[in-house]
Amino acid sequence: MSAVLEIRDVQVRFGAVTALAAMTLTVQPGEVVGLLGHNGAGKTTTMKLALGLLRPQAGTVRLFGTDPAGRAGRVARRQVGFLPENVSFYDSLTGREVLRYLARLKGRAPREADALLERVGLAAAADRRVRGYSKGMRQRLGLAQALLGHPGLLLLDEPTVGLDPMATAEFYATVARLRAAGTAVVLSSHVLAGIERHIDRCVIVGRGHVLAAGTLEELRAEAGLPVAIRARGRWPDAPPVADDPAAGVWVRRLNGHQVEIRTTPARKLAVLRALAAAPGIEDIEVQPPGLEALYAHFDARLHGGGGKESRGA
Amino acid sequence: MMRQMLAIAAKELRDGVRNRWALAIAGVLAVLALAIAWFGPAASGRVGFASLGATVASLASLAVFLVPLVALLLGHESVVGEAERGTLLLLLAYPLGRRTLLAGKFLGHAALLAAATALGLGGAAAVLAAAGAAGEGLWPAFTRLILSTALLGWVFLALAYAISAGAREKGRALAGALAAWFAFVLVYDLVLLGTLVAAGGRLPPALFGALLVANPADAFRILNLTGLEAAEALGGLGAVARGPLVSAPVLAGVLAAWLAGLLGVAFHRFARREV
Repeated sequence: MSAVLEIRDVQVRFGAVTALAAMTLTVQPGEVVGLLGHNGAGKTTTMKLALGLLRPQAGTVRLFGTDPAGRAGRVARRQVGFLPENVSFYDSLTGREVLRYLARLKGRAPREADALLERVGLAAAADRRVRGYSKGMRQRLGLAQALLGHPGLLLLDEPTVGLDPMATAEFYATVARLRAAGTAVVLSSHVLAGIERHIDRCVIVGRGHVLAAGTLEELRAEAGLPVAIRARGRWPDAPPVADDPAAGVWVRRLNGHQVEIRTTPARKLAVLRALAAAPGIEDIEVQPPGLEALYAHFDARLHGGGGKESRGA
Repeated sequence: MMRQMLAIAAKELRDGVRNRWALAIAGVLAVLALAIAWFGPAASGRVGFASLGATVASLASLAVFLVPLVALLLGHESVVGEAERGTLLLLLAYPLGRRTLLAGKFLGHAALLAAATALGLGGAAAVLAAAGAAGEGLWPAFTRLILSTALLGWVFLALAYAISAGAREKGRALAGALAAWFAFVLVYDLVLLGTLVAAGGRLPPALFGALLVANPADAFRILNLTGLEAAEALGGLGAVARGPLVSAPVLAGVLAAWLAGLLGVAFHRFARREV
């Protein structure tokens, strides 16, 4: 199948500032891609490129096979849904009025807006003014407008910032349904926690470069970063696993009945087995390296130690 | 494209009606018109409708302060407001051209301004007519007043758009709008008169007339004074108003040229704006 979005070796500069130095991103139909990186890494710039709101100084951008900043871009944008990071719609209009207005602008029938309000769970609040909406309701309205016209590609910029856990879970359930229906989704985030289970693949961006791309498992294996294991239990003498830096096991007592063990991915299972077999063990918690650690690792690799390498999450 | 433009215009119009802009403009104009009609001659020791000419002249002199201010306040958020709300980025991600977006918004605001003007001044004229206060000349004079007031409002609305399209923040757009009002409505005449006095009569009258008429606010004022008996009483302005340079079509043309020019600037700045 042909790619929905193809960004290849793109460079974007604003005056003397290089926003994207070498960006490459390909998205296939039915794929959920996480665009991860710190604020200012180039995530929003990448979305603007995909939408044709920016022209690259070098490289190519193809949205459904056409240049989104060119003449045919307007047609290609009909198949795209976009949820910007900070959007606060029109306070004096009701949710239904906002969505019907946006439906007209997208060339869709206003009744499609009514169906979408139902779908995102805003039907009951549809005739209230947006002024009184909670953050979660606003975000649902934002998602509803992104879904106008059954887009083949959804670009969601930091979609879960400010959402409570329930709303976040609902949001990802919707994303999963869309993905099952063949919609490609690009969602950006500056945190890993919470989104890892919902993405097929991720692209880590930093300083305008792609630092790493692949599944999170692949990236973690590639980075070989230590895993943090926290164990709780009753052990009067020594903890069940001994400190052994030479073998890649670092043990730190947190208090009388808790230890934190850092170990390499290769030693992880051995340590877990030892912990599970230890008498008095009560709980084991495994924390894989987070975005921060992965980011620091790949940034340091790309920029020759320019970034500070941290140990573990 | 046309349908998108009309959808945008309809939304702006609804916004304006809902947040009471339309009502406020119409109400202020109507109250002013009636107050001037009845209390205008109070200085001469009596209350009650005096003359159509005096009423229209006073109304035009007030509208020239009020309407540009209202138009600038109405339009100064047009682009920068959407940008700060995040909806500009959203709308430009839609299958929608920038020109369509700006034209739709302007159309909506212009219709709002014109409708509110017609409602306010027209309502006042209807009250005057019902009271039998004015004779046959009432409706032609008020029609001219309403049309020229709407045109004046559009000129300053276009100016507000030009300011907004290039502004980074709402606050700056507001400051720019107020500065523009100050410059066109207050300072321009003052500087012109000062120049005239300082030149000690060496300024050719034709040049003075052209400079006066070049300001949209003055063009509006003179447009509403020409043909009125009140113009006789207005001294210098009246003298200019009787000149050959300032026939009504020329004055309307000046306003239309400002409108077109400022809209051109607004579209140009919006096309180049980064989102």
